[in-house]
Amino acid sequence: MSETGACIEIKNLCKIFGASPAAYVDAINSGGISKSELMSRHSHVLGLKNISISIPAGSIQVIMGLSGSGKSTLIRHINRLIDPTAGRIVVNGIDVMGLNKTELQDFRRHQTAMVFQKFALLPHRTVLKNVVYGLEIQGVPLARQMEAGMRWIERVGLKGFENHYPSQLSGGMQQRVGLARALTNDAPILLMDEAYSALDPLIRMDMQTVLLDLQKEIKKTIVFITHDLDEALRLGDRIAILRNGEVIQQGTSQDIVLRPADDYIASFAREVNRGRVLHVETVMTPLGGAAIARPAATIEAGETLETAARLLTQANESEAIVIDTMRRPVGRISLQQVARAMVTPNTAKEAGDTVESLSQATAAS
Amino acid sequence: MDWLFTFPHMDDETLRALKKAIDEGFRSFTRGYGDSIEAFFQPLQFFLIQSERFMTRTPWPVILILIAAIAWFASRSWKIVAGCVATLLLIGFFDMWDDTMKTISMIFVATVLSIAVGIPIGILMARSDRVQQIVNPVLDVMQTLPSFVYLIPVVMLLGIGKVPGLIAVVIYAIPPMIRLTNLGIRLVDKDVLEAADAFGSSSWQKLKNVQIPLALPTIMAGINQTIMMALAMVVIASMIGVQGLGQPVLKAISNQYFTLGLFNGMAIVGIAIIFDRVSQAYGHRLQKHRVIGHV
Repeated sequence: MSETGACIEIKNLCKIFGASPAAYVDAINSGGISKSELMSRHSHVLGLKNISISIPAGSIQVIMGLSGSGKSTLIRHINRLIDPTAGRIVVNGIDVMGLNKTELQDFRRHQTAMVFQKFALLPHRTVLKNVVYGLEIQGVPLARQMEAGMRWIERVGLKGFENHYPSQLSGGMQQRVGLARALTNDAPILLMDEAYSALDPLIRMDMQTVLLDLQKEIKKTIVFITHDLDEALRLGDRIAILRNGEVIQQGTSQDIVLRPADDYIASFAREVNRGRVLHVETVMTPLGGAAIARPAATIEAGETLETAARLLTQANESEAIVIDTMRRPVGRISLQQVARAMVTPNTAKEAGDTVESLSQATAAS
Repeated sequence: MDWLFTFPHMDDETLRALKKAIDEGFRSFTRGYGDSIEAFFQPLQFFLIQSERFMTRTPWPVILILIAAIAWFASRSWKIVAGCVATLLLIGFFDMWDDTMKTISMIFVATVLSIAVGIPIGILMARSDRVQQIVNPVLDVMQTLPSFVYLIPVVMLLGIGKVPGLIAVVIYAIPPMIRLTNLGIRLVDKDVLEAADAFGSSSWQKLKNVQIPLALPTIMAGINQTIMMALAMVVIASMIGVQGLGQPVLKAISNQYFTLGLFNGMAIVGIAIIFDRVSQAYGHRLQKHRVIGHV
């Protein structure tokens, strides 16, 4: 296997659609005109407004938003399928805006690979020929194409289907082909544009698991677009929420659920199954060096509250010790803390209160 | 009130002078460049003669087997092959074998020429709206201008014979080739094209790997239409010396030989059906990947 991910730096990205978009960038950035004004008075459409996201190498960045929020436009800026009106995109120190036509082609061949919502497979090619497409246009020798192609087809669970045509496969299987095609390219960046949105819920869960399992070994930088908050929380190391072309909150899944930036996000976060999203270390009382009488149950940091609740009730304990990956105790968590954090607050204010009381508890210890 | 009932037109003197000037201009152009234009089309003459020689001098069973084999490889259907063989045998039995071979040879050359010229023009049209804007009206003229009208300058330039006949046939038959190539490429799924872009395809790789293969069924429909239109020109082309099934038909018209006209007309219909079924079956087979069916 090859290089792992590359870091992506998106700085002050702006995209306006229309006849003379550049003229309105300053006015939009300074808040001089709003999106609706831009539309009604100047007949230009605001795509993205002043977006800055920093994506560390090897992490999964989810960009979440409803349709029309600009998320698909945003991901297409990373490999410049769409040119921005203003702003910079830097990948591993390379300014993507500064690339000429051949350099851009080269960048797309070696730095990025993309998975599409509508699969976008080549219908006249078999699964294997689809999967090796990226390598084929790079001019990689046939034997190596086939070897890499077959490895990834097997890895995504399509062994035996390599000579089928895409139309002979179900939607879930077609998207596995899409994923294998992107992975065969072995680029450090994987762009997934609503890759699972067209799949039904069970297959979507299944594909999320495939991706998370793969990511443990490949450690790519993955940019994942979705409109589904549950999917975002499950996959994302970091999540950016987009609305009307603006980033309204960036942070980890814990941040989004516990500290929603506004009512809009809070209204989504309320529907979330918190037991499966929140981690024990977010809720625990840190040890702070003080030694305690050691309860029998231990739970690893990074586990969800649901797991903690199951563990505590099965062990018939009221408290467990949270340990880190080196098996050092870092905090303790009680069944009461678990239960309180798992209950969904009724309003955004109450959600804030829960966070406050949690952090007070943290401070008190 | 006279002007109300007679359209106010250019006076006769000016009109006559204008027609004369154009005629003379073209005549001097013919005298000046006729020979070099003829030399330019010399390779076509060679191609036509070779093809006709092959079709008429090869023993008929060989040709029959050859056509049956082509039909089989294109359609993979015994029904179509049997239909082809039966039609050809019938044509031969009614003593029209030689004329039919000459016509098939002509249609073959006209189709090859139409494909060789039409596909590149179609591709250029698909890539640029400007080219499309320019080429489309030209194609409209080519399809609607009565063929007799452009036969006149062609004959003035190149005389009577195979090459001017071929050019007349190609002018008439090439528009669907160009139009359907253009349409096929323009209709290629934008999502698939975007994917090809995202993986870093060059424009040549995009054309070769995505656009042409996905447009191929439409391009095949264009080839089919071109063949049909070329066959429709057989009789008119025979007026300027193209040999084949057209000439007996022409003779039948001028002498009112009903049966002669009918037989040769039916022979044209027969080979038209052969060409149509075989090329359509081939076009259909190109789409085998579109068959929907989960495993």
